[in-house]
Amino acid sequence: MSISTCFLSELKAGDSAVIESFSENEISEKLMEMGCLPGEAVKLERIAPLGDPLIISISGYELSLRKAEAATVLVKK
Amino acid sequence: MEEAAVITPSKTKLKIALAGNPNSGKSTFFNNLTGLNQKVGNYPGVTVDKKTGTCFFENGSGKITAEIIDLPGAYSVKSKSEDERIAAEVISNHKNKDHPDVIVYVADASNLKRALFYCTQLIDLGKPVVLVLNMIDIAQEKGIKIDFEKLSEELGTPVVSTNARKNIGTEKVLSAIGSIDPAKNIFLNGTENGNAIYLRYKKIDEILQKCVSKSPIEKPDFTKKLDAVFTHKIWGFAIFLGVLLLIFQAIFSLSEYPMQWIESSFILLNDFISNQLPEGALTDLLTNGILAGLSGVLVFIPQIALLFFFIAILEDTGYMARVSFITDKIMRKFGLNGRSVVPLISGVACAVPAIMSARTIGNRKERLITIMITPLMTCSARLPVYILLISLVIPNQKFLGFFTLQGIVLMGMYLLGFVAVFGAAFVFKFVLKSKERSYFIMEMPTYKMPRWKNIGLTILEKIKVFTYDVGKVIIAISIVLWALASYGPGDSFEQIEKKYNNPEVAYSHSPEILANKMASEKLEASYAGVFGKAIEPIIKPLGFDWKIGIALITSFAAREVFVGTMATIYSIGDADDTLSIRQKMMAEINPETGGKVYSLAVGLSLMVFYAFAMQCMSTLAVVFRETKHWKWPLIQLVYMTALAYLSSLLAFQFLK
Repeated sequence: MSISTCFLSELKAGDSAVIESFSENEISEKLMEMGCLPGEAVKLERIAPLGDPLIISISGYELSLRKAEAATVLVKK
Repeated sequence: MEEAAVITPSKTKLKIALAGNPNSGKSTFFNNLTGLNQKVGNYPGVTVDKKTGTCFFENGSGKITAEIIDLPGAYSVKSKSEDERIAAEVISNHKNKDHPDVIVYVADASNLKRALFYCTQLIDLGKPVVLVLNMIDIAQEKGIKIDFEKLSEELGTPVVSTNARKNIGTEKVLSAIGSIDPAKNIFLNGTENGNAIYLRYKKIDEILQKCVSKSPIEKPDFTKKLDAVFTHKIWGFAIFLGVLLLIFQAIFSLSEYPMQWIESSFILLNDFISNQLPEGALTDLLTNGILAGLSGVLVFIPQIALLFFFIAILEDTGYMARVSFITDKIMRKFGLNGRSVVPLISGVACAVPAIMSARTIGNRKERLITIMITPLMTCSARLPVYILLISLVIPNQKFLGFFTLQGIVLMGMYLLGFVAVFGAAFVFKFVLKSKERSYFIMEMPTYKMPRWKNIGLTILEKIKVFTYDVGKVIIAISIVLWALASYGPGDSFEQIEKKYNNPEVAYSHSPEILANKMASEKLEASYAGVFGKAIEPIIKPLGFDWKIGIALITSFAAREVFVGTMATIYSIGDADDTLSIRQKMMAEINPETGGKVYSLAVGLSLMVFYAFAMQCMSTLAVVFRETKHWKWPLIQLVYMTALAYLSSLLAFQFLK
């Protein structure tokens, strides 16, 4: 299986990945407090009908965030 | 040291703070502890709601009276929103009036990791903490097993499991509070920068590995199935509109009977008092002033209760979060945020709490726009005005069995408010400047059955506020109005009486007709009549007469005063007390045209005016408190009044 990195915003609904790192300080702090930590498994559960925002499941619960916010999170597929 | 004195056998009074993440079942737990012994106030200087309550229990050495403070739900002690700051301030500042002796931390047992993040931050602030693992039944269903003793040992705090929904475990929490060790306990030292968040979570992970085992049980996920429908690209929006339509129809049809009961009991009471008490100014003040004004308002309690009932259900079940999710992208186009949905929909009940709930919007510009436009949503205070006017000018026709023409016009009024909200938001988006970042990072709660006890308590509290706070204003205004309408400048009243006592006039009509004629002439000559007449030239192009003018002036205090004012004016201007206001207004004839005063054009113009005009002192006050500047309520007052005048003018000139 090939391992590739991409942004969380580039996942398709149903895709699973592991959080690698963040590219933006302010958002990363907010996300980390909510449990989105490097090394944590994440799954893109759902994309809103109009294409934005997204729902991910992380550490046992569901979190919604915008595409632009997800675009600051680097994940490993 | 103060900490050492936390719990001693002699201490009979205790301050307990409830803390936890949003959606952890904290308020259900609070309701279990305090029942009806609770009140809502404000923290000094800020607008965050402060819920406090009292609870009595025994801890072996005696009876304890505990004051419980329900802190706003938060994810971290690091200040972001005003809510989160307050929770941290109360707990960390020893001089704060609400500084607790003990913190009871309510955690969602199936989401322990994130819960412990905030929990351990609070432990580090130095107060004794009791950790409550709530919703333990759901965690067990998910196959999560927690070793309480081990967890308690690792954290250095008592750990208790509860199921707040079924009120299981509350006793255990109280006995844990009674026997807590006041010694200071530190989980992690260090500042809360990005790395510290990581370190804290790492330590939590290590603990959880020792205390929690998870055997994954694959169960059909209720939440995911419902989400597939509620956030579907077609069904999601269709269901949202359907839900709104259903709510409005239900409010209209379900409240009909209780409203009639209240109306008729007031007529009976009024009759009784008029017959029992001697005739005179005081009896007149009581019946035509206070009772008339009060009945006009109390009659709307069924509707307000129903409205808050439905909004509470939408919030409590988790559906409101889905509405935010599917609408965020649209909202952003108007300078708003998906989270603006909660203030906007709550605005259907009352703009005051709605504007306060805009605090969850982190971005200042989005929050400001939400605050500025929320009062355009059709609040429950407009409902009495609409219902009265609709029943006057719209025929009661039914089609398709369930839908009534009146209900559809009412729905139209709500839509009108909605359109105005987005129009105004779009304008503000370009007027206001901001470079701040906008967020939509929020937890999607799982779907839950509504907690009827919580909803019941919410409705009770809202009705209490409505009856007391609004009732006070209305009684005061009713008394002033009664005085203004019952007395006139100079000897104008004596002149009228003299005219009607003249034998030539006295025998020209039946005594009843004469009494009515005299009463309405007196009203016209009274101080209220003089005021109304003074503004008549300004409002005449909108189709309003001087009587409506009086109501417009008085309802600046609050919109629903319109109905009370009308009731007072028509009771004074009409000797017959057996008719309801509705019937009296329906019979009112325009002296110029000879037709009904409340024609379709006047009724609709008046409704449009009430839809847009800023006629609520409490809203202006809360906008000032939230924005901390007089500029914003002032802008709001001006733009809304201008919008109301112009739209009303258009409506009347077009329809007449």
